[in-house]
Amino acid sequence: MKKLLIVAMMAGTLAACGSSPTKEQDGAAVEDRKPGEVVDRPPVKPVDPSTTRPLTDKPFAGSPLKDPNNILSKRSIFFDYDSNLVKDEFKPIVTAHARYLQQNPAAKMRIEGNADDRGSREYNLALGQRRSDAVKQMMQLLGARAEQIETVSFGEEKPKCTEQTESCWAQNRRGDIAYQGE
Amino acid sequence: MKFDRLPRFFRAAAILLLLVPVPAARAVLTIEIVGAGTNQFPVAIVPFRAEAGLPQPLTSVIAADLGRSGLFRTVDAGGLNPPPYEPQDVNYATWRARGADAVVIGTVSPLADGRYDVRFRLMDVAKQAQLAGFAYTASREQLRHTAHKIADVIYEKLTGDKGVFSTRITYVVKRGTRFELQVADADGYGAQTVLDSNEPIISPAWSPDGTRLAYVSFEGRKPVVYVQSLTTGARRAVANFWGSNSAPAWSPDGRRLAVVLTKDGGSQIFIVSADGGDATRLTRSTAIDTEPNFSPDGELLLFTSDRGGSPQIYGMPAAGGEPRRLTFDGTYNVSPRFNPDGKSFTFIQRNGSRFNVAVQDLSTRQVQVLTDGAVDESPSFAPNGRMILYATAVGGRGILSAVSSDGRVKQRLTADAGDVREPAWGPLPK
Repeated sequence: MKKLLIVAMMAGTLAACGSSPTKEQDGAAVEDRKPGEVVDRPPVKPVDPSTTRPLTDKPFAGSPLKDPNNILSKRSIFFDYDSNLVKDEFKPIVTAHARYLQQNPAAKMRIEGNADDRGSREYNLALGQRRSDAVKQMMQLLGARAEQIETVSFGEEKPKCTEQTESCWAQNRRGDIAYQGE
Repeated sequence: MKFDRLPRFFRAAAILLLLVPVPAARAVLTIEIVGAGTNQFPVAIVPFRAEAGLPQPLTSVIAADLGRSGLFRTVDAGGLNPPPYEPQDVNYATWRARGADAVVIGTVSPLADGRYDVRFRLMDVAKQAQLAGFAYTASREQLRHTAHKIADVIYEKLTGDKGVFSTRITYVVKRGTRFELQVADADGYGAQTVLDSNEPIISPAWSPDGTRLAYVSFEGRKPVVYVQSLTTGARRAVANFWGSNSAPAWSPDGRRLAVVLTKDGGSQIFIVSADGGDATRLTRSTAIDTEPNFSPDGELLLFTSDRGGSPQIYGMPAAGGEPRRLTFDGTYNVSPRFNPDGKSFTFIQRNGSRFNVAVQDLSTRQVQVLTDGAVDESPSFAPNGRMILYATAVGGRGILSAVSSDGRVKQRLTADAGDVREPAWGPLPK
């Protein structure tokens, strides 16, 4: 328990260190769109669709990574606009995955950074990379080894949400965790 | 010939709306001219002798090419009986009366092997003399390309600049969840899919000789740089390092690529062989360094970096050295691409909430914003430096547009389906 507390404290101090600012351009503009413009895009998917699962008293039999009751099943870290700072609400997720990597030295993961779709695709690819790098840096400070984590970026190419609204852009400013073999 | 009239074309400010009709066969992209200069060069194009029997008309393609440039006006060439096909047939008084400064005439003769002998001449009405004349042997499949080559000769003779009608473009089409990397003629015809994927494809770049494309594919669930031969279709990963691999740019000799790798931390510019292999690091910053582009002489590298706090365009010696910041207007200047003359570069500048195509002169640092779309992206110069191809969006759908490098003439290329993005204009045919 004491150890956990230290880890949590470490995570708290991490917020201040390490990452250089992510420059995302500011709010382009729903308001600027001409009236009557039609956005020819697929419907918005909810970020975390609620799932229905049977309640049972038996413990989850599979990998803790797949156990919906385990924090390790949470894989997305969302970022503020123009930022690659891991926010407090996501630190428990990062901490849990860092501990998993520490306790499972053979485990490997890829962190996939994403950015919203305003501006240059290549620059946005670099912004997404900066986010995945920030998550990796935090996990390393929490005990994961560098070789266990490959950071890549999808830039603006794999949006979760395709509307030109701030709430939608926020869903796309994201780092996703995927373990090897998943 | 009044060559001295031409600069005035560029000064003209009037906006015309011209629709250039194109036959439906194989068309994927349709081109619409949304602006043009006023003082257009008046040229009459007489249908070639025996052209009517061809599977592919020639003079309508030539007229469409010249019209699309915004620099020419087609003078009525009908109603002459018989029409002129040879220099001695040309009645200059008639053409002067119709206001034509030049007349294009020609002939087509089928050959025994099924090919065609195509001859054309460009006649100067004022001097009453031939300005240019060439003969081509073309298969049925080469007829359209031959028409583009004729338009290139006419364009070069009358403007002094190389024609780019026989060049090709590449771009990515997104249809639903599919991504297609396509290559088409500069007028949008003959589009061919060279790569079809369930995962995104971005940043296609032409090799200097036009035989290969470098691009970034996400098919392996991470960005990897590939080089693909357009002649054989063979492809290989040339940058597939730990982390992300992106933003390929060819060296002018076609032997190396500048790429952006994250293997050593951050997004930094490296040089790799066009055949793959080890990477040599070029930039050394803790910031984002991306979107490299070589100068035509290979000496200089432009790139985007946020080392100064906002994304701006920098230049550095391609062999390595100290980067120098080049853009200072605004807080978002990205995606630099050299003019083939090496004297200026095009890039994307954010103005308020809009992203627009701009050009900056390298010596005077003067900036001219050329477009006014909401989200213009990925500009690249035509190989004659006269037009800039870029991606924009209309009604939420991605389309390609082109703007003359002085901002006067605009063209819009629309695909019949799907989102079109990431265009790049290919080199002059060798």
